Amino acid sequence: MSKENTEYLISRNKKIYEVIIGLEVHAQVISNSKLFSSSSTKFGAEPNTQVSLVDAAFPGMLPVINEFCIKQAIKTGLGLRAKINKRSVFDRKNYFYADLPQGYQISQFNYPIVGEGSVIIDMPNGQKTVGIERLHLEQDAGKSIHDMDPQNTLIDLNRSGVALMEIVSKPDLRSPEEVSAYIKKLRSIMRYLGTCDGNMQEGSLRADVNVSVRLKGTEKLGTRCEIKNVNSIKFMQMAINYEANRQVDLIEDGKTINQETRLFDTKKNETRSMRNKEDAHDYRYFPDPDLLPLEVSDEFINKLIAEIPELPDDKKKRFIDKFKLSSYEATILVSDLETSKYFEEVVENSDVKLATNWITGDLFAVLNDKNLEISQSPVSAKNLSKLINLIKNGTISGKIAKTIFELMMDGDKDPSKIVEEKELKQESDPKELEAIINKVIQDNPDKVRDFKSGKTKLFGFFVGLVMKVSGGKANPQLVNDILKQKL
Amino acid sequence: MNSITSQSLTTLVKNIKNKKLSSEEVTKAFIERSEKSKDLNAYITEDYSNALSKAKKFDQNPNFDLKIPGIPIAVKDLFCTNNVKTTAGSKILSNFIPTYESTVTQNIWNEGGILLGKLNCDEFAMGSSNETSFFGNVKNPIDKDLVPGGSSGGSAAAISGQLTPITIGTDTGGSIRQPASFTGTVGLKPTYGSCSRYGIVAFASSLDQAGPMAQSVQDCALLQEIISTYDPKDSTSADFKRNSLSKELTREIKGKKIGIPKEYRVDGMPGEIEKLWQKGIEYVKDCGAEIIDISLPHTKYALPTYYIIAPAEASSNLARYDGVKYGFRSKGENLIDMYEKTRSEGFGDEVKRRIIIGTYVLSSGYYDAYYLKAQKVRKLIKNDFDEAYKKVDAIITPSTPSSAFKIGEKTSDPVSMYLNDIFTVPVNLAGLPAISIPAGHDTKGYPLGLQIIGKAFQEQELLNIAYALEEKISFKNKIKDWWIK
Repeated sequence: MSKENTEYLISRNKKIYEVIIGLEVHAQVISNSKLFSSSSTKFGAEPNTQVSLVDAAFPGMLPVINEFCIKQAIKTGLGLRAKINKRSVFDRKNYFYADLPQGYQISQFNYPIVGEGSVIIDMPNGQKTVGIERLHLEQDAGKSIHDMDPQNTLIDLNRSGVALMEIVSKPDLRSPEEVSAYIKKLRSIMRYLGTCDGNMQEGSLRADVNVSVRLKGTEKLGTRCEIKNVNSIKFMQMAINYEANRQVDLIEDGKTINQETRLFDTKKNETRSMRNKEDAHDYRYFPDPDLLPLEVSDEFINKLIAEIPELPDDKKKRFIDKFKLSSYEATILVSDLETSKYFEEVVENSDVKLATNWITGDLFAVLNDKNLEISQSPVSAKNLSKLINLIKNGTISGKIAKTIFELMMDGDKDPSKIVEEKELKQESDPKELEAIINKVIQDNPDKVRDFKSGKTKLFGFFVGLVMKVSGGKANPQLVNDILKQKL
Repeated sequence: MNSITSQSLTTLVKNIKNKKLSSEEVTKAFIERSEKSKDLNAYITEDYSNALSKAKKFDQNPNFDLKIPGIPIAVKDLFCTNNVKTTAGSKILSNFIPTYESTVTQNIWNEGGILLGKLNCDEFAMGSSNETSFFGNVKNPIDKDLVPGGSSGGSAAAISGQLTPITIGTDTGGSIRQPASFTGTVGLKPTYGSCSRYGIVAFASSLDQAGPMAQSVQDCALLQEIISTYDPKDSTSADFKRNSLSKELTREIKGKKIGIPKEYRVDGMPGEIEKLWQKGIEYVKDCGAEIIDISLPHTKYALPTYYIIAPAEASSNLARYDGVKYGFRSKGENLIDMYEKTRSEGFGDEVKRRIIIGTYVLSSGYYDAYYLKAQKVRKLIKNDFDEAYKKVDAIITPSTPSSAFKIGEKTSDPVSMYLNDIFTVPVNLAGLPAISIPAGHDTKGYPLGLQIIGKAFQEQELLNIAYALEEKISFKNKIKDWWIK
């Protein structure tokens, strides 16, 4: 097994296989009400409290399209640089299941609302464009609960009818790393647009992963297997890893790969066959006669174009141009909308270089450690910029700043107040510093001798000692200057 | 005064507004007659005591500005009625009590109508004789051995038997017009999108349309004016200018061009139907309208097209009756077993037949050959009408290829049953309005109807033509109240 660039290649018996991956991402649309009813979509409500007669498929109930969901889907399409189809059709996908009250899911089959588009992902060796096949709108099903009652399966219809966008990529992904970058980018774009919160724990974002393998250098795609409903990036990567190797093993053993739907068992870290092509459902898709074809005008689309905010790719470019950030730094800072906002707020009044380092360094470490989003940051952008300015104008040293930063986290304290209270102001009075330095030189005649006889490395020792005696408050630049004179 | 129940809706409204009759008197009269008419089996659910108390309440504080003040009305049991059992003629909904009201019935109550009860119909409106109802067949007031037609058979029996002054049915392939024809009454299938489908148990969504069934064209116009409203709760509801149909009704149809489609002269059509049609043509001329021969070349494909599209939609629409949420449930070993038992026991044969046909024509490998092709033919059929309407204002045909048939006569031969809809289904496929008016009797004395097909959303013109012909025909139903002992 070897990894070249970002491709995932599998070697067996001197043959090299490449892994071809396509994703069908199911993204829950941010909307107060469902796709075809006015019920609430709030997560975590008591079971069956957010169910209308339409959601529960009572006799004579009819779906009425939620215009807001249409806008959200088109905006997402615009964010994916995709073709917006001015005419799309809702179809019925027919199958029986206890948590599917209508006996069919309303989806879009032949005529999706969004056509081909693309997503740019940043990989260590450069950018890569991943093709988007289509985006269509569909209803979510309810939830079957099998473990609450020993005899019965219970049904919660709160989710029934919630709007989902199914975003189908082309088979352009070549490794688990690319999958991770793609999902993150997709999520970032949708969060910027406010069309999907991307919360994988709550199931707002989940994916079916299509995996096939082929000998490197050949054209024809291998038989693919679809791994259903994987709900974390880590599991997607594990599933791809397992599945690709399983397929290579089959080929190497002279066996054939069956086109089938598989499940990923997160506990055993393996994929298992769910159903093969022969017993695949016949969904009997046909246009939903309760809904007229959906037609949107240029005017409608243009209004939405005007509402599209600056998206990650554009923002990254602007950050590089305006703040002279590296591509790497810019990628990190724009990946999350809130982070980019935070960054811009900090640099509005303070040094860009320091801000970049503090945000991507200390702040991220703290957020990571405490498992917080940047919007929940214990240090506000305003106070972080104050801290940076205290460093920049020489009031405190970088080292003291770290101490202050720790203290700031207790209730987002103003760093200048901490400096005052704890008397942490940097010692920049040359006379005071000279006194300390003179004492250090007097106390260490041996070291002074050694230094003068050529052990110049000892300079650091003196600096350290001065800093220690000053309680870390000495201005390092001044200490350097004075020491050089004295020695 | 004439007995209350033999008065037309329009007369009853006048008498109530003039305080010659109270709502209670009228309601009581229809309840009494309905109770004496149990032998017809027209009702599935009676709501008499509620009706009476509503009538009394109305009389205490009457609002004569309403269009049908305090008028009792029984409706087809396909319309969901708040707190009143709604079965669609099926075992699978035999215990179903909606917590909501269909838009069409709500419109009736809003104008002063009072629910008398729910009328029998073919199961899920699938049938042409009212013999597929779980609640038993309905007898035609014309003769005890005759079917009343279907699927709105209970409605047709109730209006012709004078158990209700007016009623509503639904028409997917002829379910209002054919029973109207079989019972000597007037039945209007409005333009698709004219009446909201919200709260009507769905059979085939792209074809279903509610409409009035009445003793006269005037009454029909009045009820149509009430039930037809734009409804945002139904995405297929049309927002068009709606006439005050009953007020604007006129017999002045001079100069109108009426088309006679040659394709409706089907093989084996009884001579008396042909004669009736000819008679209709003469009346049209008498009214000063012009007769024009037209062609609707794809007519012969209408029936097979209908019997692909309607079952396809039905197979999906009826998937919700699975025993999980409401209605009848049979015990099963597991989910699939429960589904199978519930649906096997809950649905009757005709419904199952259509679910199977519908499932088949939508299956992969058959979809293109059946469903897709049927949709294309449907477009051709609609184009036929569009072409014809460049030359004519309306089209006149027989309503049915025969008069009412005997109970049990066609139950074992579904195809001969389906053939009953041959003149009515093209109209549903094209989404057009059409009315059946009684136009004569066959040699056995059974009523025969003429169908007038109008342009989309031109119900006023359609009703005007029917109104003019009605006067010329001056049809009298021969009902002898044989069922009242």
